[in-house]
Amino acid sequence: MLLRKVTQSPAICSTVFRLQPAITGAQRQTGAVVAVQNGRFYASQAAEAVLDKNVVGSDATMTAEKLDKMAIVESKSFAVNMFKGQISTSQVFPFPSVLNEEQSQFLKELVGPCSKFFEEVNDPMKNDALEKVEELTMEGLKEMGAFGLQVPADLGGVGLTNTQYARLVEIVGMHDLGVGITLGAHQSIGFKGILLFGNPQQKEKYLPKLATGEHIAAFCLTEPASGSDAASIKTNAVRSPCGQYYTLNGSKIWISNGGIAEIFTVFAKTPMKDEKTGEMKDKITAFIVERSFGGVTHGPPEKKMGIKASNTAEVYFENVRVPAECVLGEVGGGFKVAMNILNNGRFGMAAALSGTMKGVISKAVDHAANRTQFGNKIHNYGAIQEKMARMAMLQYVTESMAYMVSGNMDSGATEFQIEAAISKIFASEAAWLVTDECIQIMGGMGFMKDAGVERVLRDLRIFRIFEGTNDILRLFVALNGFQNAGNQLKSLQKALKNPFGNAGMLASEITKRAKRKAGLGTGLTLQGTVHPELNHSGELTVKAIEQFGAVIEELLLKHGKRIIDEQFVLKRVADCAIDLYAMVVVLSRASRSLSQAHPSAQHEKMLCETWVTEAHERVMQDIKFLRSGTSKQIFKNLRAISAAVVENGGVVSPHPLGF
Amino acid sequence: MSARVLVGVKRVIDYAVKIRVKPDRTGVVTDGVKHSMNPFCEIAVEEAVKLKEKKLVKEVVAVSCGPQQVQETIRTALAMGADRGIHVEVSGKDYETLGPLQVSKILAALAKKEQADLIILGKQAIDDDCNQTGQMTAALLDWPQGTFASEVNIEADKLKVVREIDGGLETIKINLPAVVTADLRLNTPRYATLPNIMKAKKKKIANVKPADLGVDVSSRLEVLKVDEPPQRQAGVKVETVHDLVGKLKEAGRI
Repeated sequence: MLLRKVTQSPAICSTVFRLQPAITGAQRQTGAVVAVQNGRFYASQAAEAVLDKNVVGSDATMTAEKLDKMAIVESKSFAVNMFKGQISTSQVFPFPSVLNEEQSQFLKELVGPCSKFFEEVNDPMKNDALEKVEELTMEGLKEMGAFGLQVPADLGGVGLTNTQYARLVEIVGMHDLGVGITLGAHQSIGFKGILLFGNPQQKEKYLPKLATGEHIAAFCLTEPASGSDAASIKTNAVRSPCGQYYTLNGSKIWISNGGIAEIFTVFAKTPMKDEKTGEMKDKITAFIVERSFGGVTHGPPEKKMGIKASNTAEVYFENVRVPAECVLGEVGGGFKVAMNILNNGRFGMAAALSGTMKGVISKAVDHAANRTQFGNKIHNYGAIQEKMARMAMLQYVTESMAYMVSGNMDSGATEFQIEAAISKIFASEAAWLVTDECIQIMGGMGFMKDAGVERVLRDLRIFRIFEGTNDILRLFVALNGFQNAGNQLKSLQKALKNPFGNAGMLASEITKRAKRKAGLGTGLTLQGTVHPELNHSGELTVKAIEQFGAVIEELLLKHGKRIIDEQFVLKRVADCAIDLYAMVVVLSRASRSLSQAHPSAQHEKMLCETWVTEAHERVMQDIKFLRSGTSKQIFKNLRAISAAVVENGGVVSPHPLGF
Repeated sequence: MSARVLVGVKRVIDYAVKIRVKPDRTGVVTDGVKHSMNPFCEIAVEEAVKLKEKKLVKEVVAVSCGPQQVQETIRTALAMGADRGIHVEVSGKDYETLGPLQVSKILAALAKKEQADLIILGKQAIDDDCNQTGQMTAALLDWPQGTFASEVNIEADKLKVVREIDGGLETIKINLPAVVTADLRLNTPRYATLPNIMKAKKKKIANVKPADLGVDVSSRLEVLKVDEPPQRQAGVKVETVHDLVGKLKEAGRI
């Protein structure tokens, strides 16, 4: 994963340290700055910085206007802004309703037949036992059009929008994740590249057969030595001297549909001349590779813990001749293609998993409502009630995130990568917890194959690993957030070069920080945006966002560029970001239900309030921990323990018995 | 053959839904409840589409009576292969009291208007279980009827129908035009595929009012009340036949 470096704001840091201890008369003249004279750390430092005579006047030509423009390459993404302690509501409130009458009607008509197929024809237990999707089912899915849901209708597909696709994928997720991955590996990532980056010729050539399922597709990125570190792949494609084709060599592992696909989206290193330096560099290029090109072979199906019905195999490319027309996107632009494909498909996972959770929760309910122990139905006991409630909340959040992200995508949003990553992390972990708890509620029955839940748990495990491991995605969320926050600080730094021209802006920034530090609100509020009945939850969320923005800045100032390596910190930052996004998403959904007076509105209000209260606590705790001195020591200890265990090749402490 | 088939499809509460009686006991709860095409109507549509695929009929027209929502049901029929649809608009009070007599009058009028050669209906609807519409329609048109069909074949210009009756199977030969009602084992309805649903969007659904057909939909029946079936009481075990007879006499049953 290519992690862009976080910028540091040297000007602020350096000016902060070039303190003029005495407060001069000039300060009193700089209007609003005076208001914040309580000697709070940031206020005084920044105020002093304003006065630093070395800085003033150096960039006097920088007018306030120019600066405003710079500062406002504002992102609409909620997540990006939350890292800056700001609330951008345009993408999150109101909860997106992106389907028009016709699309809604059409979707409703699709849900019935799709559900029916999965209830009556598809046999998940059989698929799991055979470690293959049954022939009849595959045929049925192809006839049903399930292999080309997002291919435009004029090329033979169903032409669904992201939201419509999410709704159908939810049905698949509810019944059979093995089939879900077979379909997803094919269309969500396998040929998504052609949809996103293909030229008209490529689309016309490949999409029709892919849409009907005549050809199956696969996404080939991972190699034995390159998993999370995707940029380090070794498969290479060398351009022929005549320029007409590339020769592809390499091997990919764990490719879903690898054994049954005809069309492969393959990522390989292509040697390219750097225009500036003239030296040869290896850059990744994406290729559409047909099995019929020759030289493409695959290994036997891997034996897995779950999603057994989905074919996973190694794919080998030996001197495969790939025509130059098969380059997908730009030569050398393959990394971007890969990341965009994965980013584009992530909402699908959250949607599918929200369906899985629904299915599993009904099984748990069915058991809890009918099982009698100690003279009562077990759903009357607190222990079971807590489990059920938590399961319901996790499902509610996941579902809300899935449709928030898909709604944003359908509305034309271009910045949703943080939210998509958050939804993948949340959904995969929530689904695991919910299914695990379902088995717990069902007791011994849950452990038995026939109940059908243990299969779901086994199927779910991979979701925390593939398509970007949750650990990497957490780093991505945190670092992406830091980068944006860092840019904000950068523009502040520029403002500091012309403080008098930007006195207003600087003053408000200073005030904001001082207020935040003092625990006072900075004027941000969600009142008027959320439904009045949710005002309290809205305020909790705002407080959490304000403190989050503050701690992000503190961490940036403390670590600068080295924040990239502080993974203990990054993980906790990401956890906060996930909780905050979750809070906002349920506030939005519950607000909508209340405004529309849904019969379930009061129930949703309860889900929302409970979630927000607990998430707020978690976020505040994490922030407190990150600010504390203890955290430094704990991280140090964790690092040391790990080093010792690694050095020892295992557990270090000797056996309590001495042998 | 240039035959035109009229297929009636009814929108009913989905078979899997748990029915609940409205608190005022005037009917069952329908708001927000999942509805779908009556299963026997699905079988009827499937049979009509099969006949078209065998090239024994030329056009299949799906008809439904009711409010706006029945268009969904007609669309399902179109997705299964019907060529066009007719939505007979009946809503509000009229819809609540719409029964076999009114529907059969509508179907008879439509059959004449559309010059249909064959009407295929489901044998009964799973909500009212009347089992009357097919028979009434045939009577109004003075057409022969083949009800409870488990097999239908067109031979020359006659219809051979195998009927499921109490004693077994009865095979009859009737003249066309005729009315056929579909029973469970007639066929297995196909799944509407997503591409077919898309194609169905382009097919036409005409709107008609009962008045246009000269039909009066007022009902001669009044529903007094609707109740849930009585809760099943626990049974009583007895030792001997003597006791059983005694208990029955006590309960006034014999």
